[in-house]
Amino acid sequence: MTGATASAGPLLLGVRHHGPGSARAVLAALEAARPRVVLIEGPPEGDALLPLAADERMKPPVALLAHAVDDPGRAAFWPMAAFSPEWVAIRWALAHEVPARFIDLPATHSLALTEPGTDEPPGSPAVDPIGVLAGTAGYDDPERWWEDVVEHRAPEGGGAAGPLAAFAALAEAMTALREAYGDGGHPRDAVREAYMRIQLRTARKEFGDDIAVVCGAWHVPALAARTTLAADRALLKGVPKVRTELTWVPWTHRRLARHSGYGAGIDSPGWYGHLFDAPDRPVERWMTKVAGLLRDEDRFISSAHVIEAVRLAGGLAAVRGRPLPGLTETTDAIRAVMCEGSDVPLALVHDRLVVGETLGEVPDSAPAVPLQRDLNRQQRTLRLKPEASEREVELDLRKETDAARSRLLHRLRLLGIGWGDRAAGRGSTGTFRETWRLRWEPELHVRVAEAGVWGTTVLSAATAKAEAEAVSATGLAEVTALAERCLLAELADALPVVMKALADRAALDADVSHLAEALPALARSLRYGDVRATDTASLGAVAAGLAERICVGLPPACTGLDSDGAEELRLRIDGVHTAVGLLSGAVPADGLRERWAAVLGRLAARDTVAGVIRGRATRLLLDEGQLTQDEAARLMGLALSPGTAPTDAAAWIEGFVGGAAGGGMLLVHDERLLGLIDAWLTGVRASAFTDVLPLLRRTFSAYEPGVRRTLGELVRRGPDPGGPHRGTGEASPSGFGPGRDEPRADAVVPVLRLLLGLDPAPEPAPHDHTDRPLGATA
Amino acid sequence: MTVSATTATVASEALRPHAEDAFADELKALAAADDRPRPVRWKLSPWAVSTYLLGGTLPDGTVITPKYVGPRRLVEVAVTTLATDRALLLLGVPGTAKTWVSEHLAAAVSGDSTLLVQGTAGTPEEAVRYGWNYARLLAHGPSRDALVPSPVMRAMSEGMTARVEELTRIPADVQDALITILSEKTLPIPELGQEVQAVRGFNLIATANDRDRGVNELSSALRRRFNTVVLPLPATPDDEVDIVSRRVDQIGSSLDLPAAPDGLAEIRRVVTVFRELRNGVTTDGRTKLKSPSGTLSTAEAISVVTNGLALAAHFGDGILRPGDVAAGILGAVVRDPAADRVVWQEYLETVVRERDGWKDFYRACREVSA
Repeated sequence: MTGATASAGPLLLGVRHHGPGSARAVLAALEAARPRVVLIEGPPEGDALLPLAADERMKPPVALLAHAVDDPGRAAFWPMAAFSPEWVAIRWALAHEVPARFIDLPATHSLALTEPGTDEPPGSPAVDPIGVLAGTAGYDDPERWWEDVVEHRAPEGGGAAGPLAAFAALAEAMTALREAYGDGGHPRDAVREAYMRIQLRTARKEFGDDIAVVCGAWHVPALAARTTLAADRALLKGVPKVRTELTWVPWTHRRLARHSGYGAGIDSPGWYGHLFDAPDRPVERWMTKVAGLLRDEDRFISSAHVIEAVRLAGGLAAVRGRPLPGLTETTDAIRAVMCEGSDVPLALVHDRLVVGETLGEVPDSAPAVPLQRDLNRQQRTLRLKPEASEREVELDLRKETDAARSRLLHRLRLLGIGWGDRAAGRGSTGTFRETWRLRWEPELHVRVAEAGVWGTTVLSAATAKAEAEAVSATGLAEVTALAERCLLAELADALPVVMKALADRAALDADVSHLAEALPALARSLRYGDVRATDTASLGAVAAGLAERICVGLPPACTGLDSDGAEELRLRIDGVHTAVGLLSGAVPADGLRERWAAVLGRLAARDTVAGVIRGRATRLLLDEGQLTQDEAARLMGLALSPGTAPTDAAAWIEGFVGGAAGGGMLLVHDERLLGLIDAWLTGVRASAFTDVLPLLRRTFSAYEPGVRRTLGELVRRGPDPGGPHRGTGEASPSGFGPGRDEPRADAVVPVLRLLLGLDPAPEPAPHDHTDRPLGATA
Repeated sequence: MTVSATTATVASEALRPHAEDAFADELKALAAADDRPRPVRWKLSPWAVSTYLLGGTLPDGTVITPKYVGPRRLVEVAVTTLATDRALLLLGVPGTAKTWVSEHLAAAVSGDSTLLVQGTAGTPEEAVRYGWNYARLLAHGPSRDALVPSPVMRAMSEGMTARVEELTRIPADVQDALITILSEKTLPIPELGQEVQAVRGFNLIATANDRDRGVNELSSALRRRFNTVVLPLPATPDDEVDIVSRRVDQIGSSLDLPAAPDGLAEIRRVVTVFRELRNGVTTDGRTKLKSPSGTLSTAEAISVVTNGLALAAHFGDGILRPGDVAAGILGAVVRDPAADRVVWQEYLETVVRERDGWKDFYRACREVSA
């Protein structure tokens, strides 16, 4: 019964990477055969790192990371979980003091063969061998077939046939498949297998036939094939090389789901880990775990639920003709019994248990991660030495080197490596200047090592981290801040993901004030984009969408507010107004400005809107020229008419002329408005006067002293006897002297020229004012 | 009150025959081909019941028509639940074939889908326990002969599948009567000092409306006795368009509306709008949306289109146009005048306005929303 593979030569153990059943079977086979050496599919450069696997500070999941020394971005991972057959084999060998070796094509070659940029994992055949076998057995899902046939076998699996029978049967099946499909559409396998055969030969010379090989089931027939050494050598001739380094890095269960290194990503590492760890009754134990998790989340789950779930899972397996309930059956049972048919708690179960949050650990003695090398290299090229003492650097972003330095620092901050802190810029408020306070603390090395899981270069790691943060962010403001940081760090690849997250959050956020809070930051980001010459088209589109949503949602949000809420919203409206102004120049948002004006118009005219907001909207429209002075005066008259509650009217005044600069000047220049306020104020009843006084005081006390004095003088003088406020030009109505004081007006001309950047007029003669287009018009 | 016996009606004359009569041939063929183990008193094995619902072809070539188009997983869970001693609760928004599935399950499992309690706000306790034949009670005193069993009681004593429709509409105290039945599997008759014990094969299928949970929410004690299966809305737009247009045709012909020559495009649009708002994401998966508070079920899409057809037939030119459905859609979407209106406006401005070929629809919607 023990097939040709077992008796005639080395023990070939074909496995599924990350298969708990395979791992169990490998362990049983190793215990039974007790080989003198264990050969494992993996890069041989890793041999030196193998003893680290015995270190007790090493906790799977971990990954063997190979990277090109000169190009850390070119890297490959061989992840191993506690339930990976490879890991089990390594640990067995180390525990029994048997040498273990990696026999796959060295990373030196495999990395050289991988074109940078193509993310093709070295070990995935284009034909899915398991899929073909499963199809033959009548299964539509290959994973399920493998689970039923291999992974779900009881621990004593194989029974009387011995622990090796399954491997022999699998080898036979694979041989048949390889005959049908050849290299499975993956020509590089031939090179890899040739190398593995050579290694196998070397080992046989040394140890005889007492050898166990743990490799992907697909490779078993190729290793058993009889070829000549010369033929294998010929295959390996001229394979390119690149200088590589290897190390162990901590891995997570979540990342096991990704394709890399061994090629086979798995969707349910937590479930597999459970199958591997559970000594018996896996379904019962699993259901108990799930119940525990749901109870922690305050769901009422009794023992009766667990019992019923186990029964339903068993029943489902029987209906579906499976030997044991698999993940699908248990999940269906949990949904029907414990989650009341809902997928929401089920998502939690999937996230926490089926995938799991297990985090691996690697001892400090493992070699440095490539991220550190990349950082070192960038520090050299940018002449930015890590120093323990604090120092400040000023970066001028218009210079290439400084811009690169800024990018590096921003990327490191994203990765949680706090080398530099932004300091408030001195003197200049321009967006092209940044001030950083740098200080390299020794523990930052640890941070770099930790950040190593995100990627092998600063750029790729920061991109991956930003993307992950965007996906997991909960609030809109969080994502907006992230978008800003991405732009600063110039993470072009992360931007689409962040923008998508931003658009999604914006779409689901029902609170307009959140949206309004986010918009100004985005508009600001667009300006950064200008300075740094990054592509901000997507950002612009998202910002325009945000503005659109604000236009829709703002009017209903402005009613029924208390005074604090109204005041807060007024500030937001100011921010949005500025942002819309910026946006309509930067993005193709047709008609956005007009729609915003229409919204303001609606706010200004609606009675139920809080006074301060109505006043503000009127003012903004007036400033934009969307509202004539007459119309503004009409609205003011309405707001200040006797029927309005005095406090509401005072709030309107605060909104209209308070806060922002220039509020007072408007009253100075338009005496009709001042007259309206004056008339209203004198009409306020004595009892109500004390109520409006604090509001008015707040409004008017914010004015500059000069403006206050002029207003006072105007009020003392009383209504202008000169009739209509925009009188006959020369007879200025607004408290200024009649006519222009030409020499005094000329005195500002040199400064104006300087500000406007006109050609310098070195000798501005005091008399040549006639050809100036600058005149003071009322 | 209670149903003592179903009046025998010749199946062919019934306006709507029972499932076990309408599909008698299929059930017979399945029973003949079914060689898998059957739970006690089941007419078919669980596997055959799944096949009956989902359709398939038997080894002898008999084609079993699909009764339910939806995930196989759900049907398997439902059938397996019935094979255990747990009761089955089918949840879903209106129009997701809950009753239909429950009827066919009962027909396939027990060969009888008529042991039915229709849940209403006025359903009395007698409907789930037993009542009395008062003439007999007065003449002969309390005895089993004077007792009128409920469908549930009959199912218990005969080992059949009972059905309870609209469980959440039944008053809470009447719901509680089910707890003993489902956990102890006995129905005490204190007046006689007797009890009815359920024999093997008894089980219960209840249906309830997802959105109506608040009407008479199940107590956790009762809830715990059920395995819950949520029947989803149609999975793909094509399925839904198909369902809507088929139903609209049926309703339209019964109302004698003239057939709309070019309605399909508009139906597709209505279905798209409903699906997008319901799922909270556009069909291309690019843009997320807020969902309104209404259900926006397939049934509502059907009524919007029917309504639009009536408008087009009586007041328009007989062709279903955007304007005919716009008002209906607005009514279906905006249930809560404050929050839903914002949702709808956002949808109009961010999605509809930009979409190619939707300009006329956008204008029509703007007109009715203004």
